[in-house]
Amino acid sequence: MSLLQVRDLKVHFPIRSGTLFTRQHGSVKAVDGVDLDVPAGTTFGLVGESGCGKSTLARAIMRLVEPTAGSITLDGRDLLGLSERRLRPVRRDFQMVFQDPMASLDPRQNVESLLTEPLRAHRIPGGSVEHARRIRTLLEVVGLPATALERYPHEFSGGQRQRIGIARALVLNPKLVVADEPVSALDVSVQAQVINLLKELQETFSLTYLVIAHDLAVVRHISDTVAVMYLGQIIEQAPATALYRAPTHPYTKALMGAVPVPDPAVEASRTRILLRGDLPSPANPPSGCRFHTRCPWRQATRCADERPALRTLAPGHQVACHFAEEIAAGRIPPSTTAVSSAAAAPAAASSAAEPPS
Amino acid sequence: MSFLRVRDLTVTFTRPGQAPVRAVDGVTFDVGSGQSVGIVGESGSGKSVTSLAVMRLLPARNVQVTGSIELGDQDLLALSARQMRDVRGRDVAMIFQDPMTSLNPVLTVGRQLVEVIVRHDGRSVAEARRDAQALLERVGIPDPARRLREYPHQLSGGMRQRVMIAIAVACRPRLLIADEPTTALDVTIQAQILDLLRDLVEESGSALVMITHDLGVVAGLCERVHVMYSGRIVESAPATGLFARPAHPYTDGLLRSIPRIDDEERGMLHTIRGSVRDVVAWEHGCAFQPRCDHAVESCLGGPPPVHDLTGAPGHRVRCPRPVHPATPATGTGRSEGSA
Amino acid sequence: MSTPEQVAATRPTGGDEAIGSPRPTRGLRSDALRRLRRNPMAVVGFTLILIFVGVAVFAPWIAPYSPKDNSWLSEVRPGAYPGPSAEHWLGIDPLGRDVFSRLVYGARQSLLIGVVSLAVGATVGVGIGLLAGAFGGWVDTVVMRLVDIMLSVPGLLFAIAIAAMLGQSLTSVMIAIAVVNIPIFARLLRGEMLGQRAADYVLAARSLGISRAGIVFRHVLPNSFTPVIVQGTLTLALAIVEAAGLAFLGLSGSDPSAPEWGRMLTDAQVALTSAPQLALYPGLAIVLAALGFTLLGESLREALDPKLRR
Repeated sequence: MSLLQVRDLKVHFPIRSGTLFTRQHGSVKAVDGVDLDVPAGTTFGLVGESGCGKSTLARAIMRLVEPTAGSITLDGRDLLGLSERRLRPVRRDFQMVFQDPMASLDPRQNVESLLTEPLRAHRIPGGSVEHARRIRTLLEVVGLPATALERYPHEFSGGQRQRIGIARALVLNPKLVVADEPVSALDVSVQAQVINLLKELQETFSLTYLVIAHDLAVVRHISDTVAVMYLGQIIEQAPATALYRAPTHPYTKALMGAVPVPDPAVEASRTRILLRGDLPSPANPPSGCRFHTRCPWRQATRCADERPALRTLAPGHQVACHFAEEIAAGRIPPSTTAVSSAAAAPAAASSAAEPPS
Repeated sequence: MSFLRVRDLTVTFTRPGQAPVRAVDGVTFDVGSGQSVGIVGESGSGKSVTSLAVMRLLPARNVQVTGSIELGDQDLLALSARQMRDVRGRDVAMIFQDPMTSLNPVLTVGRQLVEVIVRHDGRSVAEARRDAQALLERVGIPDPARRLREYPHQLSGGMRQRVMIAIAVACRPRLLIADEPTTALDVTIQAQILDLLRDLVEESGSALVMITHDLGVVAGLCERVHVMYSGRIVESAPATGLFARPAHPYTDGLLRSIPRIDDEERGMLHTIRGSVRDVVAWEHGCAFQPRCDHAVESCLGGPPPVHDLTGAPGHRVRCPRPVHPATPATGTGRSEGSA
Repeated sequence: MSTPEQVAATRPTGGDEAIGSPRPTRGLRSDALRRLRRNPMAVVGFTLILIFVGVAVFAPWIAPYSPKDNSWLSEVRPGAYPGPSAEHWLGIDPLGRDVFSRLVYGARQSLLIGVVSLAVGATVGVGIGLLAGAFGGWVDTVVMRLVDIMLSVPGLLFAIAIAAMLGQSLTSVMIAIAVVNIPIFARLLRGEMLGQRAADYVLAARSLGISRAGIVFRHVLPNSFTPVIVQGTLTLALAIVEAAGLAFLGLSGSDPSAPEWGRMLTDAQVALTSAPQLALYPGLAIVLAALGFTLLGESLREALDPKLRR
């Protein structure tokens, strides 16, 4: 039984014009029919490029954005049927870690106040003494000294601020933590610290994670299952290892090939698939398969006029592509203009006679 | 002889009533004709200030630039503002991270492109328009004739960056400086842009300086890499050597802490403790010392010296106790086992 | 210098980041205060305000005579007004009164009108802005359209109309200026609150299950108040000028001998050619008092701007 279950979730934002007498001209289909199952204690990674709807999906699950249709069930309880007032006590169970810790922490509150506020709001029993003990322990767990309590967000570095954000999400002992780009605003040398912290916390508190990120390497490292989104839909989903070893959907292939690897030898030998053009508008998505306008494997039939369903290819591995098997078996070649055999390998040793740096 | 020679470049920001901040501290590097060089660093490393100093784009007020920057046979720091304007665009051009703010929002793409061509190549406007269209086509913009008449906000982020690149290469500069050109873009668009840059550089024989925080970008693009930390270059090496045998504890730690997309390891990542804020002033010792696993007492006894790694030509490191110690000069193949 | 062991010992556990620097904690307010003290503009503004308030409060002790005492009328001839002397530091006005004493008591009047009208205008304006900003939706639409209507009438004209309607009195001047200020504060606070409501920390508070009232009063309002404080300071300057303007037009009350800077300007009119300094003194007083609040307001704006911090 999954802790989080999402069925056919849709978030459509109306496009309106006029100030007093508004008219609707259609809608942006930010999330358009998404199913998710996140088993308790696991990490579900959601990847995709900007505009794919992954952040909107996260916010809809958090009920920070109202979904247009579908259902969200957390631990057997339907979340969409609850009014905002009835939902408030339930919010204890699912919490969010935001991308930019500077923006998501009120600059006028010190850490102590930031951490006790949720306890007071939910009338957690124990009074201020017990609350104080609780937040001290939590600070230690996320790796901040007790002296942090009376400091303000602007006095911390980015990584420390994100630790505060994480502590705040954990103070109510949630079951599910939704992390929206938890490390992308941090310096490279600090990202690993926060990724490790998230892993440690998951073990300590047996948390379930839904991690949204554009960095595919980070997502691979922490996720059990990974889903790839494109224009509001999941186009491929599989256990992390299986997905990264054998990406099947053409978009997943392109996405993975595009991620640079910090190793010149690998970079020089990779063949990558270059997509043509930009993301189509989610207000007016392409017919049929939404990826067909950029797909190097596009076929004359079906792709442009038949929406592919998410099909199971192997246990746990689902793909929304009409020709997944044929592409995987190499029976359909990609159009030649899309394939670039990577770098003209950088000349190995360059001028040795350089001045000292 | 190198095309760009930067010697002991130091940039100090002075603000009245506050201690001066040395953003770039004695940086020295060369870029040979047609060479691709990467400058890698995190926020506060001074990598962007270095590139702005080379372009002479730092504000004149409250900024002190010393050292020398020679481009071909010109001493850039000695040029007048007017002479420098001629150098920019003609000899050296820059591509910025955010193409939206570096393009003028009230002028059409065509107008901005034509302006550059007319100014530096002295062509007629009609000729320049034809060139501009060809350029847009070259940087991979479909339907260039229509795009020329459009304004920057009508283009996507990737398209805007292509326009910026078109403007930068319009006058075939011999040096192209790209400051985080793909950081604001999605990975599939980043791949397109990097591919384009690679092709353009190869085709025109321009030199390229790539400023980035992303070691992956550098790995696929550059022949030589300089790693900056807190205003100084801490390690310089040919790309292959740097990634195979990172010598400075910072470079090594960084490479080991980044999760790789081709890595199936799911355990704890190696971490560098602390943040880039935890630094020691270089004159007192190594700036990285507070975060370094290899630190010893002598690391705080004055600025660390730079030395060559034996057996690795052109590999220099600013650390007395490098991660990969000097290997015997018998061959480089043995370096694999010396971690 | 430290040994490797010491280096290791001072390290926090688990390869974590150390808190950046050992400097003492600074709240936002003390941070702003520190920057305010370093700004010469703020120091000048504050000094001017201090002098102004000091003069207003201690007027009876500073002024040598009563401002209404016209015992020196006999010394005044048309076209010839006694200038500064040891007895009358700034001379005598056309109605035989001591100019210095009138100037000193005028500060009292200006401060009173400024503070009262600001207090009333800001309180009502903030209340309206809070209503619109906290609820949004149709409440916001209705309230803000009303405010727009108020704003579309020129301020001074509005004040004159109110003063004319309520009759000539000090109260009507204060009400007039207060009413002019209401829409300014309402719009300002409402706009700021709407901006803050879209901020990530409000989303974070919502996701934590904090009530709507809690979010508005604990987070949105405190973060929206900075521009209101700045506007308040600037508005005081404006109120002083407006009060003088209304007094100059003769709308400030039925007692023509009341010491007011605006009325002093009116009184000086008859002597403008022979004794222009009589207009200069109150004019200068108005400018300096207004300048003090403007300078302080502008430097407050800079000091409180989080983008400029550190």
